[in-house]
This record gives sequence, structure tokens and C-alpha cells, in this order.
Amino acid sequence: MEGMYAFCVGLLTACGIFLALRGRTFSVVIGLTLLSYAVNLFLFASGRLKLNAAAVLEQSEQYSDPLPQALVLTAIVIGFAMTAFVVILAMRARADLGNDHVDGTIPEQPNNTTQKSGGSQ
Amino acid sequence: MNSLIWLPFLPLLGTLIPLITARFSRTACAFMTAALPALTLFLVLSHAGEIFQGERFQAVVPWIPAIGLELAFRLDGLALLFAILILGIGLLVILYARYYLSAKDSIGKFYAYLILFMFAMLGVVLSDNLIQLWFFWELTSISSFLLISFWGHKTEARKGARMALTVTGAGGLALLAGLLILGNTVGSFSLQDVLDSGELIKASANYPVIVVLVLLGAFTKSAQFPFHFWLPNAMAAPTPVSAYLHSATMVKAGIFLMARFYPALADTNLWFLIVSLTGLITFLVGAYIALFQHDLKGLLANSTISHLGLITLLLGMGTDLAAVAAIFHIINHAIFKASLFMAAGIIDHESGSRDMRQLNGLWKYMPYTATLAMVASASMAGVPLMNGFLSKEMFFTETLHQASLGSLSWFIPVLATLGGVFAVAYSTRFIHDVFFNGEPINLPKTPHEPPRYMRVPVEILVALCLVVGIFPSLVVGDLLLAAANATLNGPAPAYSLAIWHGFNFPLLMSVIALIGGLFMYYNRSHLFKFQAQFPTSDPKLVFEGIVQSLVVKAQRVITLTENGSLQRYVFFTLGFAVVMTASSLMKLNTTAGQRPEIPVDALSITCAVLLCISALATVIWHRRRVVALLTLSVVGLIVSLAFAQFSAPDLALTQLSVEVVTVILLILALFFLPQKTPKESSPRRVVRDLSLASLIGGVIGTISYALMTRPLDTISTFFTENSKTGGGGTNVVNVILVDFRGFDTLGEITVLGIAALGIYKLIAKMRLFMPSTDDNGLPWSEDRHPILLTVISQSLLPLALLVSAYIFLRGHNMPGGGFIAGLITSVAIIQQYIAHGVEWIKTRIKLDYQIMIGSGIGIATLSGLGSWVFGHTFLSSWFDYFYLPVIGKFELASAMIFDLGVFLTVVGATMLILANLGQLTTSERPIQKEHD
Repeated sequence: MEGMYAFCVGLLTACGIFLALRGRTFSVVIGLTLLSYAVNLFLFASGRLKLNAAAVLEQSEQYSDPLPQALVLTAIVIGFAMTAFVVILAMRARADLGNDHVDGTIPEQPNNTTQKSGGSQ
Repeated sequence: MNSLIWLPFLPLLGTLIPLITARFSRTACAFMTAALPALTLFLVLSHAGEIFQGERFQAVVPWIPAIGLELAFRLDGLALLFAILILGIGLLVILYARYYLSAKDSIGKFYAYLILFMFAMLGVVLSDNLIQLWFFWELTSISSFLLISFWGHKTEARKGARMALTVTGAGGLALLAGLLILGNTVGSFSLQDVLDSGELIKASANYPVIVVLVLLGAFTKSAQFPFHFWLPNAMAAPTPVSAYLHSATMVKAGIFLMARFYPALADTNLWFLIVSLTGLITFLVGAYIALFQHDLKGLLANSTISHLGLITLLLGMGTDLAAVAAIFHIINHAIFKASLFMAAGIIDHESGSRDMRQLNGLWKYMPYTATLAMVASASMAGVPLMNGFLSKEMFFTETLHQASLGSLSWFIPVLATLGGVFAVAYSTRFIHDVFFNGEPINLPKTPHEPPRYMRVPVEILVALCLVVGIFPSLVVGDLLLAAANATLNGPAPAYSLAIWHGFNFPLLMSVIALIGGLFMYYNRSHLFKFQAQFPTSDPKLVFEGIVQSLVVKAQRVITLTENGSLQRYVFFTLGFAVVMTASSLMKLNTTAGQRPEIPVDALSITCAVLLCISALATVIWHRRRVVALLTLSVVGLIVSLAFAQFSAPDLALTQLSVEVVTVILLILALFFLPQKTPKESSPRRVVRDLSLASLIGGVIGTISYALMTRPLDTISTFFTENSKTGGGGTNVVNVILVDFRGFDTLGEITVLGIAALGIYKLIAKMRLFMPSTDDNGLPWSEDRHPILLTVISQSLLPLALLVSAYIFLRGHNMPGGGFIAGLITSVAIIQQYIAHGVEWIKTRIKLDYQIMIGSGIGIATLSGLGSWVFGHTFLSSWFDYFYLPVIGKFELASAMIFDLGVFLTVVGATMLILANLGQLTTSERPIQKEHD
């Protein structure tokens, strides 16, 4: 189980980073969301995986580590705030700059055939 | 002796006084500014008697004892001499500047800088610790920069200040390196320890490095060749600054450094070679250039360079008597040069020019000032009965006793005499060219005598020139002896301070210098013609050229690495991170640890496969944004399932509800963003990014596998054991959030609130057009609020709120709590927005989300503060059990109030974000100026 879990964390990280390296803001937001899943799973796993061991007293034989859970819980909520902030920033950037490229301008492309104007205002 | 600590800090306090008193009259400001330096001088002088007896005062204030940091000061003969010079001449400069500065100049600012500089200089000479000494040393560079650039509207002031700062700052860095090596070699940064370990240092392999680095610091500060060029350019400073910094203090700091470390570093061939040769060259070059200056201050600046070279040469000779002569010349040069600078300032002030080609025959207009200047120049030239003569005589004597250059040793006295000739020549020029030699040419104003009190500082200094020159041992004998003893870290050799030593070689050298100098000045036209053949090179231009070419080179490097592409920066950052992580992972021998793995079941495999497929699908379809969003939400869903599977019900609930709000948020955002991403990454970039992403994914996967398969040594046992007894709850996660780590949570909801308010402000000024069709050109659906959704959601609202209340209340003991309940409530309200629209909601739900965030954080904070009332620490919780008829036993905990604050903040923040964003899509959007 641990191997599978680790594989999933690695895959989510890879997907998140690939998307975070894209040039358009929305892809970056999606990438960061994927990355925050990976981070949360990773942090959670630092308390080790346990089945049927919720950290609620007198409900089970053994308890999973509650500390990483508490940390991840707030991380999820803060992660939402961060995603929201980034996405609104992306909208604002598009509104003010007329395109949704992370650099604020669409860079010159050597092969201009595929380029398409991002700002449709 | 605790008053010692106060010595340097009294002037520091004094920096405030001119700033405060500048609003009063200039005279009042000057007097009040002078009060603290005068008090400091009094305190210093009150210790003089004991120091003359051979005592040495030291004081230490521990600062950070754990790492050996302390404030350490010492007052010995050398420090006493310099402190008197700094404070005494400083006081005279304060008086002088009162009359020199015009009404346009901010006198408060000037005095504040001046006193700051005074503080820094005092710190340098009184420090008893190497690092502390260096700190004050740098402070002198910075404060002198402020003083030189005081007339910041003038280009040459800015350039001169920058040049001085660059040269002395670079030297300061070399000095720091030298002092660090020195301290490590000795094993102590205490000055006394260093001075006492001269043998150890000279035997050490680090010695050459230390000497070179420390001397670099001293030479740059004291304008020694080849670093001398900054000093003439610093003459753009107001003249009181030149009189203070460039005669008595700042440039003497380098000399002080050499004298201070004399017992530790001097007396080797290396020291002799570097110091004496540098001094000799500087002595000659400065004297030669001084003769050809047309600017009064330029002449004085180059003469200062020359005299500093003379002192350096003396310190490099390696004999104790030479060191005594050096100390004596420090005193004499400070006195006559400060008065000459002040006289030059008076001439400039009262005639409007400093150009010696214009200034002629001023004797008629200002005979009194002329007399003072003549006495001071005579001292500079080394005329008998002046103080300058005495130390120059000692200098000549010492050059005769040099044998360090072997059979070539006779070079030194000959070259010294040559320097003396130049000195007489330029001193003569200062007198004759300015006060005689015909009539003034085209002066901006008619020259006249300065105000009475502007002359007073010059009078005092010139009187000192004479008194020291005639009664040397009576006036400065004790001070010189004490300073010489301190410099040598032992008793000084016997010497005599008499004017008349009989007919001997030094006297002959003086005579040759005097006659030769007068002769040279008389025939100066030939020399000037000779000099005119050389192309003039302005060191300022050369320096600026070097700086500019450095800037160009730096710019080139910057454009190589920084092209403004965020993608590239992220790539490099991640690449660096993965290299650092991977290299330490290689030290781990096995990936798998000792901990047994949980067996895999079919359901988990299914979920894992689904997760992987959805994650990959998100990447593959990321250009079709709505599709990517859908696959992304599948990932989120499975993540929450994973939390549920691995015994984290709280996390699962949170993740689930956050997932809902996130997807709603992203869909709303997508309304205003392009629906599709253009294909613009080149195949090379895709391959590059894919490789890096896979590499990082692999590294992170390995770390998590290695982590999970190793046994856990957790600190959480404390939490599980005390959760019920200490926090009154059985849900340990919730107890940690609201009790054990409540302060963290308070910080987190504050961040949440700030983020929401930031978003609110970002949205408020957003100028976005509303797309009337989707990307395929299809119009939006006419049915904005489907009736089915409206009806169901309306009936769901009470149910959802009830669930949320239940989740909230049970949170302390069972999975749930403020975070989750807040998110559920938000989802319920958002549903109403979606189903009914903003217009409908506005009339029914009158909640101000900003106030909600504020009250949430307020309640949480107050519940923490409440424990203070009962004498407990911040955020410690209280709980008890009560019995009520019908309901039975129930628990009340103060943590619940805290959780209520969390709840309110979460609801407020989420709704503030989503409701405002959603409002943009409707006609209720905030009214803005038309945007084309």
C-alpha cells in the first residue's frame, strides 16, 4: 500500500509541476492545485498510514498520528485561500494587461504559426 | 569604569539634538549641538591625568555572551590622543560651520551627520574588539558619504561621495577579512589579546595575508598611493567637512589602524617593504601634484595625501623613534591642516572663488586671515618655531638612520628632502599666489574679513601651531609620550622635543628644503610648462569609466540569466531544489525501511488507478480548460477518499467541502478567462519540463516511500494522552486545532481573512468584459435559474445548515469542527446564490461577510484573551460538564467559542470570495467606468 501511495504522490507532484511550468495562468493554477494535493498527502503520510485508527479516543484500538492531520487540515483551508487569491490575481492580470500569460506579455515565438492572441478584449 | 561606555554614545544621543533644535536660531542650534561633544571631551580629559601616569581603562558590556559578542571599549594613550583630536577639532568645526553654511543649507541635517561621524570615529579609536572596531570603521565610511554628498544637488558632490564610499568601502571589506583571519589566528577578537600576541601572529602562516588585507583597509582610508585619487574628489564637500574629515579624523583612521596594530603586525621585512614604500611614494606623489593645483582645496587635499604618506613612511620604518615621530606628526598635521582648510573656506566664502588663478593680492582685503593662513602654511612647510618643523625634523632624523634598503638606504633621506622641497614650494604658493601676486581677477564678490567668530577656530588652531612649536614638551609632551607608549605596547624610547638640536644633518636637510622650495616656487613657470606637456587625466573620469564598464558587464550577466520569463526562473529554482534533494537522497542506502507495509486491496487499487488516470488526463487535456477542471475534481475527490481510508475523517470532510468550493471558484474564474489554452510550448520545452517534472516526482515519491516505511517516533502521544483530560475532547485533531495549537490556528484564520480581503480588493477594481457567448460562439442559456434547482436547493438549505450545526457541535469529540462546519455552511449558501442569483439573495440574506471575518477573528482572539482574566496563559482552554433536565449531561468548553470564531471566519472568507466573484457575472457587478 505504501508503495502505491508513494507512487500516487510522485505522480501528482510531477503533473502539478509540469502544469506549473506552463505559460498561461489557468494551467498554473491547476498545476498548483495538483501540487497542493500532493503536498497534503505527503505531509499526511509523515504520520504513517493506518487503517481504522481515527484519532478519536475510545473509538478504536490504536490511533493514527493526529498532529500531521491537524496541520494538513489547516493546510487544506489555507490552500483554498491561496488558490482563490492566485486565480483572482490571474483574472485581474488579464483584465489589466489584456492577456493571461504569466509574464504579462506573450513572448515572441520563433515559429509564429501556432501563436494565438490570448487577450480577446 | 562605566563612564567609558558613555563616551562614544553621548555623541550618538547628540545626533538628535540638532534635528530637534534646528527650528531655533542657527546659533542656538550650534550651541546645543556642541553641548554633548563638549561634555564628552570633558570626560575624556578628566581621565587624561591617570593615563599620563600609565593607566589604561577598559570596559566591557556583555551583549550576546553565548556567542562571545560584547561591547568593549578602551581608553589608552593612543585612544586619548585621537579622542581629543576628534572632539576638540569637532567642536571647532561646529562653530565654524555655523558661519560657513548659508541659510539655504539645512544646518540641523548637517550637524546630525557631523555628530554621527564623530560617534563613528570615537567608536573606532575607543574599540577594544576587532569586529566592533570594524563596525565603527564602516560607519565612518557611511557617515562621511553623507557628509561629502551634503550638497547633493551638485554632480561632483555626488560623484565624489560615491567614489570615496566605493574606495573606502572596498578597503573596509578587505579589512574585515583581515581582522577575521587575525582574530582566528590569535583565537580571540579582543584587541588586547591581539596586541599581546605579536610574536604568534608574525610566526603564523597567515601573517602575509593578514598584513596585506589590514593594510588595504588602512591605505584606502588614508588615501595612500594608488588609492589616493578619492581624496581630492571628496573636496566637493562643504569646507567644514574637509577641515574635519580630511585633516584630522577620517583619513587619520587608516593611520590610527596602523598605529593600533603596530605591536601586533609591524617590525617585519614585509611590513617595512609595503608600508614604507607606499608611504614614500605617496609622500612624493602628493607633494608633486599639490604644486600644480589651481584649486585651493585641491592643493590642501594633495598636501594632505603627501603628509599622510609621510606618517605612513614613518610607521613603516620599524624603529620605535620613527613611530614616536609618526604620532607627533599626526598631532601637528591635524592642527595646521584643519586651520588651513578653514582659512581656505573663509577665502572661498568671502571672495566666492577657490581658484588661485583668480585669487591674488587678498592681503589688502583680509590681512588678519592672511596672517593666520601664513602661520599655518609655514607650519605645513616646516619653518622653525612652528609645530610642523619639529616633527619634520624628527622625520629627517629617522630617514638618516634607515639601513633597510642596504647600500641604497641613502635614497630615503634624499627623497625625503625632495618631498620637503615640494612641500615648501606648494606652501609658498598658497601664501604668495593668494595673498600677494598682483590684484584679484574677476572675483564674484569683493573679498572682506569674515565674521568675528568664524575666525575663532582658526585662531585657536594657529595659536596651537605656535605654542606647540615653541614649547613642545610643555604642551604635548605627556600626551605624546602616553600615545607612543600605547602604540608600542611598551615604554617608548628616549627622545627630545627641543627646537634646537645643534648644527646637524636634519637641520641641513631642512635648510635645503626651505631654500630649494623657494627656488622652485620662484621658477615655477618652467615647471608648469613642463607639466603642461603631459596629457591630463582626470581620476574621476577613469574611475567612472571603470564603474560604468563594470555595470555594463554586470548587465550582460544579468541578461544572460534574467530574461524576465517566470517560467525560466521557476525551472531553475526547481532544478536547483531537485539537485539539492537528490544529492542527499543518494546518501540513503536503501529506499525501503523496516516498517511492514499494509497489504493492498482491490478498492485501493481501483482508486489509485482512477487518481493516476485523472491526474494524467488533467495534464493531457490542460488546454481544454473545462475538461481539465472536471478531471481535476476527480483527483480531489479521490484524495479525500484516501484521507477517509487512512483514518483521517476530519481531513476527508475538509477536503471534500474545500473541493466543492474550489471547483465553483475555478468555474466562475473560467467565465472571465479564455476557455482554451493556445498551444505555444515548443517540443523542446515540453520535453525539458516533462523531464524535470518526472525527476521531481520521482524524488518526492522516493522520499515519501522511504518515509512511510520507516518507524515513526512521534510527539503526538502527548496529544492523545492529554486530549480528554486537558482539552476536554476526544477528537484529538480538533483538540489540537482549537486547544494545543490554538495559537497556530488563530494565525491561520487571520491569514485566511487577509487573503479574502485582498481578493475583495482585487475584485473591486476589476475591469473585465462579460463574454456574451462561449468560446464556440454559442449564446449562454436563457434559463439562468432552472426551476428544479431553485426548488430543491431552497428546501436543502435548512437541512444543510442543520448538518453544519451538528458537525460544529460534535466537533470536539467526533470528526467535525469549525473549519468543516464553516465550509459546509458556505457550500449551502453558495448553492442559494447559484440557484437564485445575487438579486434574489441580496434581499433575503443580509450578511456582511467582511464584518463576519472580523468578528470571527475577534471572537477567537477574545476567547484566548479571556483566559488572562482567570490568570491563565493566552488561549488556555476551560471546560466542564453540566446537567440539564431533558438534555442530560453535556459539556461546555471555552474551546468551543474559539471554534465559533474559526467557523465565522471560514464562512466569511469563503463567501466574501465567491459571492463577490459571482456578482461580477451579473448586472449587480460594481459600477465602473466604461472600458473600451
